[in-house]
Amino acid sequence: MIGLEELYILVGMMFAVFALGHVFHRRDPARWRSAGFWGCYAAIFLAGSHLSDLAVGGLVLGMAMLAALCLKPGAPPPTTSADEREASANRLRNRLFIPALAIPAITLGVSLAMKDGMVAGFPLIDPKQVTLAGLAGGALVGLALAMWLIRPPAGAPAAEGRRLADAVGWAIVLPQMLAALGGVFAVAGVGEVVARIATDHMPMAIPLFAVIVYTVGMALFTIVMGNAFAAFPVMTAGIGLPIIVGQFGGDPVIMSAVGMLSGFCGTLLTPMAANYNIVPAAILELPDRNGVIKVQVPTALLLLAFNTALMALTVYPK
Amino acid sequence: MLVLSGIAVVILGFALRFNPLLVVITAGLVTALAAGLDPVAAIAAIGKAFRDNRFIAIPWLVLPVIGLIERGGIRERARTLITRIRGATTGRVLIAYFTVRQITAALGLISLGGHVQMVRPLIAPMAEATAERDAPIDPDTRHHIRAHAAAADNVAVFFGEDVFIAIGSILLIRGVLEQHGIFVQPLQLAVWAIPTAIAAFLIHNARLLLLDRRLRARVGAEA
Repeated sequence: MIGLEELYILVGMMFAVFALGHVFHRRDPARWRSAGFWGCYAAIFLAGSHLSDLAVGGLVLGMAMLAALCLKPGAPPPTTSADEREASANRLRNRLFIPALAIPAITLGVSLAMKDGMVAGFPLIDPKQVTLAGLAGGALVGLALAMWLIRPPAGAPAAEGRRLADAVGWAIVLPQMLAALGGVFAVAGVGEVVARIATDHMPMAIPLFAVIVYTVGMALFTIVMGNAFAAFPVMTAGIGLPIIVGQFGGDPVIMSAVGMLSGFCGTLLTPMAANYNIVPAAILELPDRNGVIKVQVPTALLLLAFNTALMALTVYPK
Repeated sequence: MLVLSGIAVVILGFALRFNPLLVVITAGLVTALAAGLDPVAAIAAIGKAFRDNRFIAIPWLVLPVIGLIERGGIRERARTLITRIRGATTGRVLIAYFTVRQITAALGLISLGGHVQMVRPLIAPMAEATAERDAPIDPDTRHHIRAHAAAADNVAVFFGEDVFIAIGSILLIRGVLEQHGIFVQPLQLAVWAIPTAIAAFLIHNARLLLLDRRLRARVGAEA
């Protein structure tokens, strides 16, 4: 049965190939640093389930050290020239979109058609991981289609994948690192402490103020934690339910639905939400790692104001 | 109170522009130490949390495909196609993408899109090409347009997906309310995501029209 472990092996093999690519790239003076970084990451996927927590922690520490030594030396050398790509684009035309569209099509197809992971009565995929398995399947089929269409040298998928991985650099690992930090925060009880400070110091004797503290608090808490999902349980248990619902008789449905969306406004504003803000800046090769956040600020603030007004006007019984 | 020192490390580290991986792992270590763990246990705690979150990296499996189709010239093809459409502008390209992305997300199809699969190979090159048709663009403008392409994807998904009843955030809300003895239907929650979805659509797309106006003013100033 295909479950997370099989997918981890696949991811691990990919990063191991990237690491080997660096080892054999003799002209690059920083090749051991890059090879070490992707090699550690590959090891965590390939062997992580069999290593002790401490060993994985050591590998993670090693990766952070290597990244701090500036893993990202600037734009990686291009593998093809602009003229070659232009000629290829003119030859292949719209067929080029086929592999790109195959990825979401297959992800969707698998997650809709094999909800229970069964194929012809045979349990093929772990039912809990159908979407991720579909995505991996889509990536593999897309790769086969791209090879068939473009007919590059056999080493091209490794070289092109590594080119992209190096362009994104340490940002590839940041979302997972932040999720791990969230886990440590949860063990240490950081959320409860923040909520206690918020509830102890905020004036909440007026219904309108309670709404403002809740929506703005959701956004601020999300900015700190990087994730509205981390903020929601704490803010709702600390402010939303006891005060807006309990004290003033507000509607819990409106409060929580709009409260969560207020948290999403915070997600648009924080480097802690690396997947949405820092990773795309790296993927699009922006010089300013906060470039995406800066563009999102006006939308986020206007929507937070909208959410606050919406909740203030609708949550309390008339 | 001491457990908050990790947050201070994060804020300071990001503000001083240290490498984010180093900042985050330091914050993790500081938090674990503040919570009373010894250094070895702190490193192990980070290792365990990092391993438990490996599933986050599975989408990177698309890297080789995207790299290959870039080699095949998909970005060049996207530029050629869009510049053939008369009336296509940076803002309109992004508004079209925003609309499709928000509607599909509202139907639960959040895997149709994303920064690696769609924005880098297709949307950003299209948005840049339409601006370049009028006049050459300087690097700052190019980066600004790219940032807008990424932002359109984010805003559209965030304020589209909650309209779908089976999305993670709806399930989380339901779970939290249930813990406190309040039972709600996902549909009730999804309905209350609609006003903000509409507001997000209007606010963000109005900003994209303003972006077009600024890009046009730039051409006018140079002509």
